[in-house]
Amino acid sequence: MPERVNIKQKVLSENDKFATQIRKALKEHKIPCLNLVSSPGSGKTSLLEHTLKHFKDEIKIAIIVGDVQTENDAVRLSDSGGKIIRPIITGGACHLDAKMINKVFENIDINEIDLLIIENVGNLVCPSSYDLGEDMKVVLISTTEGDDKPSKYPAMFRRSSVMVINKIDLLGMSDFELSKVKENALNINGNLQIIDTSCRTKEGLEEWYKFLEQIIEDKKTILE
Amino acid sequence: MHELSIAESIVKTVIKEANKRNATEIYGIGLKIGALTDIVNDALEFGFQAIIPGTILENAKLNIENVPLVCLCKNCQKKHEIDRFLFICPDCGGRDLEIKSGNELDIVYIDLEYDDK
Repeated sequence: MPERVNIKQKVLSENDKFATQIRKALKEHKIPCLNLVSSPGSGKTSLLEHTLKHFKDEIKIAIIVGDVQTENDAVRLSDSGGKIIRPIITGGACHLDAKMINKVFENIDINEIDLLIIENVGNLVCPSSYDLGEDMKVVLISTTEGDDKPSKYPAMFRRSSVMVINKIDLLGMSDFELSKVKENALNINGNLQIIDTSCRTKEGLEEWYKFLEQIIEDKKTILE
Repeated sequence: MHELSIAESIVKTVIKEANKRNATEIYGIGLKIGALTDIVNDALEFGFQAIIPGTILENAKLNIENVPLVCLCKNCQKKHEIDRFLFICPDCGGRDLEIKSGNELDIVYIDLEYDDK
């Protein structure tokens, strides 16, 4: 006898189970977690290199870094003084999922860190669907891309809390307009916090560092 | 192209559900897919067809219900379907919108077949 069974399950329920587990552990230890997303080449790794060099041992940052192939980015981050760098080679997958994160997360001593950053695979589509247990997504865009990217990839910009606009030293070298990218992004997400940076000239990086200090402070003072 | 991973998650979930119920075949799967998931029906169907041969759902049909993006404006308290992902209230211009639907990525039902019952 054929039968229709209502199961009402989220397709990504297994992913979400791992994400919940990670989020719970981070909450217990009051460690904030960022999921850093962008297109390939926007400057995620550069931003993190500067961040590690700036904070040295003052803020202990663990970074989980995803790439389709190679550990090149992980090597760059270790060379910048990163002590807890965990590479994930997805071997073709275009995003990280919470199961992958959980596997390396278990090998991070969270008593020893102040902040966890996940550098996702460069891709503005797929990573938006996968909750990794983060407190917030930070989306990076650079001035060598189109200023209509927020409109093209609305889900990612809607689900992010912060937008970092990188390579602002190159403004004027292309048709990219700062006001346009901001307008496009705010049309999708009116609550988006925006930080302009250049990893090359270090302009705006102070604001990024302050933001990181703030989220660490906020997480510590959050009431149970 | 995360549709392939999504298809894999669907297949894994429904096989588990079918096994729990001792079903021998899955011949239909009902899905709800929200507009904000960036999932393309054709790509999902393509990924699904690629991985089902040899499984108990090799003859299964995907029935996809696409759910539009609907938001509630926190300012004027009106609900609207959002066009072209512009999160601006068409009535009052408010930008503080709460998503009411469009994030769905759910398996709603499965059609099961049982042997000699």
